[in-house]
Amino acid sequence: MSSESLSPRQGGLLDPLIQSEAWQRFSHTGFYRFIVFPIGQIIVFIVAATVFLTALAYLVALLIPEPRPNIVLSDQISRQLPGMVISGISIGFVYAMVALGYTLVYGVLKFINFAHSEIFMFGSVIGFAFMNFLSSAGVLADWNPVVLVIATILISGIASGLLAVLIERVAYKPLRNAPRLVPLITAIGISFILQDVVRALASITINDFNLTYPTRNIAFFQNPIPVVIGTNEVRVRMTSIIIVIAAVIMLLALNYFVNGTKAGRGIRAISMDQATSGLMGIPVNLMISLTFFIGGAFGGAAGALFGLNVGNVTPYIGFIPGLKAFTAAVLGGIGNITGALLGGLLIGMIEAFLNGLLPYFPAIGIRYTDIITFGILIAVLIFRPSGLLGERVDEKV
Amino acid sequence: MATVSAMTPAKTGFREILSRPAVGLAVAILYVVVAVLFVFMLDRRSLWYPLASLVIAPIFLLSPLVVASLSMPRIARIVLLVVMFAVVMPVVGISNPPYLELAVQISIFAGLALGLNIVVGFAGLLDLGYVAFFAVGAYLWGMATSPSETIFTENAWTVSYWASNPDLSPLAAGFVAFVQSGAFFFVMFIGIAAAGLVGVLLGLPVLRLRGDYLAIVTLGFGEVIRIFARNLDSPINFTNGAQGLRNIAAPPLPGFYISFTESIASVLGLRVDNPAVLAKQLLFYTIGLVLLFVIILVCFRLKDSVIGRAWTAIREDEIAAIAMGVPLVRMKLLAFASGAAFAGAIGVLYAAKQTFIDPQSFILLQSITILAMVIVGGMGNVKGVVLGAMIITLVELHTLPNLSLQLNALRNAGQLNIPTQLDPAKYQPLVFGFVLVLMMLFRPAGLLPEKSRRLELMERNEDDELPKEEPISDAVLVDGSVPQE
Amino acid sequence: MKLNKVVGLLSSAALATALSVSLVAAQDGDNVIRIASQTPLSGPQSVLGVSMSNAVRLAIDELSQPLVDMGYTVEYVPFDDQATPEVGVSNAQQIVADPSILAVVGHLNSGVAIPSSEVYNENDLVMISPANTNPAITDRGYATVNRVCGRDDLQGPTGANYAAELGITSAYVLHDTTAYGQGVAEYFQDEAERLGITVLGFEGTEEASNFDAIIQPILAQSPELIYFGGIYSQTAAFLAQARAAGYEGLFMGPDGTDSTEFAAIAGDAAVGTLYTTVAGPASIYPNAAAFIESYTEAFGEGPQPFAAQSYDSTAIALQAIQAAIESTGGLPSRADVAAAVRATADYEGLTGTITFDANGDPEIGLYYVIEVVSGDPAEWSNNSIIATLEIPSPLTAAAMAEATPAS
Repeated sequence: MSSESLSPRQGGLLDPLIQSEAWQRFSHTGFYRFIVFPIGQIIVFIVAATVFLTALAYLVALLIPEPRPNIVLSDQISRQLPGMVISGISIGFVYAMVALGYTLVYGVLKFINFAHSEIFMFGSVIGFAFMNFLSSAGVLADWNPVVLVIATILISGIASGLLAVLIERVAYKPLRNAPRLVPLITAIGISFILQDVVRALASITINDFNLTYPTRNIAFFQNPIPVVIGTNEVRVRMTSIIIVIAAVIMLLALNYFVNGTKAGRGIRAISMDQATSGLMGIPVNLMISLTFFIGGAFGGAAGALFGLNVGNVTPYIGFIPGLKAFTAAVLGGIGNITGALLGGLLIGMIEAFLNGLLPYFPAIGIRYTDIITFGILIAVLIFRPSGLLGERVDEKV
Repeated sequence: MATVSAMTPAKTGFREILSRPAVGLAVAILYVVVAVLFVFMLDRRSLWYPLASLVIAPIFLLSPLVVASLSMPRIARIVLLVVMFAVVMPVVGISNPPYLELAVQISIFAGLALGLNIVVGFAGLLDLGYVAFFAVGAYLWGMATSPSETIFTENAWTVSYWASNPDLSPLAAGFVAFVQSGAFFFVMFIGIAAAGLVGVLLGLPVLRLRGDYLAIVTLGFGEVIRIFARNLDSPINFTNGAQGLRNIAAPPLPGFYISFTESIASVLGLRVDNPAVLAKQLLFYTIGLVLLFVIILVCFRLKDSVIGRAWTAIREDEIAAIAMGVPLVRMKLLAFASGAAFAGAIGVLYAAKQTFIDPQSFILLQSITILAMVIVGGMGNVKGVVLGAMIITLVELHTLPNLSLQLNALRNAGQLNIPTQLDPAKYQPLVFGFVLVLMMLFRPAGLLPEKSRRLELMERNEDDELPKEEPISDAVLVDGSVPQE
Repeated sequence: MKLNKVVGLLSSAALATALSVSLVAAQDGDNVIRIASQTPLSGPQSVLGVSMSNAVRLAIDELSQPLVDMGYTVEYVPFDDQATPEVGVSNAQQIVADPSILAVVGHLNSGVAIPSSEVYNENDLVMISPANTNPAITDRGYATVNRVCGRDDLQGPTGANYAAELGITSAYVLHDTTAYGQGVAEYFQDEAERLGITVLGFEGTEEASNFDAIIQPILAQSPELIYFGGIYSQTAAFLAQARAAGYEGLFMGPDGTDSTEFAAIAGDAAVGTLYTTVAGPASIYPNAAAFIESYTEAFGEGPQPFAAQSYDSTAIALQAIQAAIESTGGLPSRADVAAAVRATADYEGLTGTITFDANGDPEIGLYYVIEVVSGDPAEWSNNSIIATLEIPSPLTAAAMAEATPAS
């Protein structure tokens, strides 16, 4: 969410307001820059994506009112809309948080950290291990659920961040000057190792690697909250709400860190020009490690939240969300933090709408959801080769 | 890694002596003879058979590369290689069929890796969905011959239907006989054309993309082809979906393959119950070898041609290449098309050999494995890529399984007691991961780096990694065709 | 480059040791009989594959005594097919090259079993499949290919028949897009439509964990029954999330549902789930209860789906080898063993009484419809049988139809 790339454009209906002195003063306060603006941005993204996709869905309903006998598409859309939007937002935030890991590392090192999906998996497994520990100690039910969620996110985030730093030190740092594809292969190797180590540990300790979060038995997480919208009732799962709140708080913290602190400035400097920022006295290696830590922590926290939501994780859980998050990062413009947020939310929403509505078109069906998602990505890249919010960088000659 | 150094004497002093043609020839012959002796000395009944086979298979299978790498008179090299491929390999293969299977798999994957090498190594375009072209070829032959209940079978469009339909006029029968005997190679050409076309179709929209954007789009494209293969069983059944295509036909087996197999077996004193099976395997070996040979030849010719130099220019600096008048669009499309065409041809062979294909054979992991072959071997270097394909195929299909067989044998013999949770068979991905990481950490440019890349790396790491008096150690030796620096 | 020298030395040393031991220690005589298995021991499907391999090991440990008494050593050789066709075929080549291997138990995936069994069949090696329910496995009519499990084209309709008996009028069918899940789901759908059940949707998904969005259209159409053709790890996660989102109808699955893990993952949401299987619950099969006990004792965990079938496959192989030895008087050929396996009649196994028909299918498959009674994994063996159906294999059915001319 670098404020430069998405500062409100000049010249529009809001000109008088923007140019007024009070607004100018307000827009320079930390409260605006680090709380109001980013939250506003998130809300704008969500609303825009919802409106756009809903309009598109109704348009399709206009063109094909009855795709299957006895199914009126527009009725189905209005019945499913709240459910689709909520599931789209919650998975969208997970994608966005994972996409941040890809995008941060890419911004600094210009390389795709293919092992990031396994960091996500690691976070979800650590979250399980922590809760399982509490559960076997018999104290899980005594913890306040809010404290429990915060502790889980912190622990899995920190553990995953440290793991990411370790991987960077061992597997990527010695290869900084190697051809670009070399660290890619290392990352693939690391993915295999992480998957198998986690699988081995899980099978040796508990004889199985289907890890079920013990929160299944806690009423706070289990009981959905009924929300009545118009005539239909939607059950919103507590875990979806937790994902959204936790993600928003963490995104605000990241925005403050990158744009409001010295270390964040260091990271931004490195992503612009590594050699020069080294000369200017910025500790390059430390900053790179820090980037990996933050990216890993976001990935790990997203993993724990995802695990909490789906209830059951395995060592192989990371691949698909990792791929989607990577797609999201590229869609938004890889290297751009706001882009990762937008890309993640968009991919999540598109997926939710497709999964919700394609069943009414039996010739297509949800088996083609991924193809359509990739199709959209390819179309975007053809018209905007650097992603939705990516800066058009010209090659250095 | 053991395999490479096995053919590399550790001492530097031997190098100059080895570079003499006569010595090289002698060493090569000695190596081949010893390797073959090793193979025939293997005793399947031995407790340590898996371990011995684990070591000996790579030594034997790498011998063609050793022959190709040592310096010797050109004629001698050709004669030696022909003898190896036409006599030694089939004889060993008949006495030890798993090695023949390994040889076939290696030729398949080496061909694929070489095709990908054109796109990634020569033209510098990172393609993560290469397996899609492979799938196009495999499905083409599968759909043409499988009796699975697809639209092709229903409408009697398959080769097997035409071949088995008796009610034909003599003229049509003659045509069918011609098609049947040549159908495999005919479809192989169609496979080349179709995969090449798909390559161009993929290439067109992604021309503007570079680097990592290209990677994600090609990755997505690979998944798209797989998802189509998996789901095109309804509303119209083209691919039979997840059920896959079964009983795919093999190319017709020439009679002399069977008699050859029988006579070799009788010379070796082996009892072969079903010579046709081994003969068929030999046929696939021949086709795979010829294909690989053609691909290697094309790669060498392309690399040194105007096209190859244009690709290098694009890879090194796209803008400078445009400025020098390289037709960017045409060259990039050509890279995609030729890489894809190889994969299409290999796909046809693969489908015929496996007799069954389903979408699971064409997952992303497969693309990544092929990419790993290219990078481990040495991007851009034809010989290196073949070596990389050999090593990774061997590690996956032979080394790791044999390691766990060995431990299992020891456990059965009561000499070792490890709990089942620690069964090495379960840790194959772990070992594979470590091989990739260590490989990249210690030889980032691959086992046999391409010459220009090697120079580039040397410049960069002059002070720390590579001491001057010993430039790239064994690579120079192995890569005998390159004059010594 | 010191590394190269080290590696060079190490590998030469390894080579020397390997050669010397391999040439010196020729230990086995001609009386070693090996049984191989091919299952995925690594990767996401290894939970099932490892359990199958364990069951084969257990069967060999428990049942090879008669062969040992005849003076033979029975050894077990597990192979990891990695759920990948290339690896399966390559392993198959290794297996057929070892003359002491007389039978193969495997595979888990039909996509691996079909090409691998081509290799076995070409070399007369018998394969007994504990888990490949795809009709194409035995429909090729090979003399060497048998299975002890059910067929998708019988199991799916069993579920549909029972649903119709319950008076269900609308169903939503999901599958995991694998040959197994999609196959069984398609047969369910066909039969359900034939019986007048409205199929509101037929969808395949590779999604394994997050079903939020997929559930929405199902809720909007509120079917009375959801049928999910897939393996428990996916179907249980789906069921838990569907219940949390407010789905209140019935849930049904094929035998991939039959695992204690299903209850562990789905928790209380599992209660009331129906599944079809050929393996009756341990509570009514006394020897199955003993199997579960000894399995748990040996491996520290309960058996997964297809473990009991793997045990039966191995037992049939051992019995056939014994029969072949008795009839030939010495070490039998592979073709003898294959013939003896095919001749298996009225074998009392853990999963029912097995007689192979001419294609290698069990002549009469006993299909159960079972209801999950508790969300506690420990209670899984108490699941209650609510219907038992005897269904002949297609060949047997055809023979029966011929024997009783249409009146």
